[in-house]
Amino acid sequence: MADPKRLKIRVDPDKCQGHNRCKAVAPELFVLDDYGNAREAGDGTVPAGMEDKAYLAKSNCPEFAVEIIED
Amino acid sequence: MQQRARTPVQDWTTDWDHLDPQWIEDPYPIWADLRQKCPIAHTERFNGVYLPTRYADVRAVAYDTDHFSSRRTAIRETHHESGGGAPPITSDPPKHRLARMVLLPPFTPKAIAALEPKARRICNQLIDAFIDKGSFDGAVDYAQHIPVRVIAHLLGVPEDDGDLFRDWINAVLNEGITDYERMMRGLVEMTDYFRPLMEQRRKHPGDDLISYLVKQTYPDGSPFKDNHVLGSVRLMLIAGIDTTWSGIGSCVWHLATHADDRRRLVADPSLMPTAIEEFLRAYAPVTMAREVKQETEINGCRFKQGEMVLLSFPAANRDPEMFPDADKVIIDRKENRHAAFGLGIHRCIGSNLARMELTVAVEELLKRMPEFGIGGEVTWSEGTVRGPRKLPLKIG
Repeated sequence: MADPKRLKIRVDPDKCQGHNRCKAVAPELFVLDDYGNAREAGDGTVPAGMEDKAYLAKSNCPEFAVEIIED
Repeated sequence: MQQRARTPVQDWTTDWDHLDPQWIEDPYPIWADLRQKCPIAHTERFNGVYLPTRYADVRAVAYDTDHFSSRRTAIRETHHESGGGAPPITSDPPKHRLARMVLLPPFTPKAIAALEPKARRICNQLIDAFIDKGSFDGAVDYAQHIPVRVIAHLLGVPEDDGDLFRDWINAVLNEGITDYERMMRGLVEMTDYFRPLMEQRRKHPGDDLISYLVKQTYPDGSPFKDNHVLGSVRLMLIAGIDTTWSGIGSCVWHLATHADDRRRLVADPSLMPTAIEEFLRAYAPVTMAREVKQETEINGCRFKQGEMVLLSFPAANRDPEMFPDADKVIIDRKENRHAAFGLGIHRCIGSNLARMELTVAVEELLKRMPEFGIGGEVTWSEGTVRGPRKLPLKIG
């Protein structure tokens, strides 16, 4: 995970069911709407040093809704 | 709990019974065995029910709302049309969406965080009552009261009415599996209790959930029908009480029987979030059901129309194909896509509430009582919600 590549994160809105696991493990990377469904914060760019949290969010989503794109 | 004479299970692959004493005592080895052998078991009991035991198969059923209906979410010995259901848990697409959307805002993490101080007070009041006695029952004196009081607070009704709630839930979820009359009495009493409250909240709204529900409207602008509101309130009680009470009870049972994990959590409270998720995975309390709406095939197994499926999220959570060392409780497990709150469109609406209650219940107990252990015979619930019902503990 020491990869210097820039990561982008994305929540697939069709898959997200609002488990809020991503928000719990990586609160900086996700925002919730009024129904508790998640989407990526801003344009989804993962700030340097937060890559581990991004992967943690992905691997804790029960709906496989969190995607990580390596630039 | 009332014991009924049942024919012993002959073969778990073709004759399984979730009311069998062996299942009630320890279902995990049964599921592990079935996962190797079947992996989708069937029983002629309860008019025919399938039992997927692998994560992938449970997931496939949960996602396939075309072939599997939520019209009946419990398996019972006799098939009766239930009166009105409890939307959205008993709804299918397309009706499901509206019924669900309306209930989501009161249960977001932000909304639930506002209830946390109240939940902590409830836990501490309960602990006050037994901490100087040297012993207590983790299920009877502690776990079972927490969600009842939180839900009562949420609905804006007296916390003391919790005993009534527990009696109705027992009628519907436990005794109702084999005793239809008992279930119906519980449902009627529930309706008689809540109907006048709905009227009252229409006239004098508060910031409680009943007031919130009675002011909701359908897309055409007409107000929610009484039966819809009653169904959703019923859902709050049936889905929000003995599930969470069982979950809290299992956490306390684990901590009483695993001193190493308990001491580690006391020494390092930052482990609490992963520990709670791991307890949810390993001891998921809730099993749902589906009705086969249209014949289909999953993983080589034909599902016959009209029969039921027991949708065991607890079994899915113990599948070693999905979770390495699935039968081991690892309180700092990093990757945990557990299905304790279901998968797909019926994800538990109260999951944020349940997580908060579990966390607060464990935190407050450990703060005031870092050392405790088993002090007598533990008994487990029967039916589709699993948790300890008697959990005698000694303090220190």
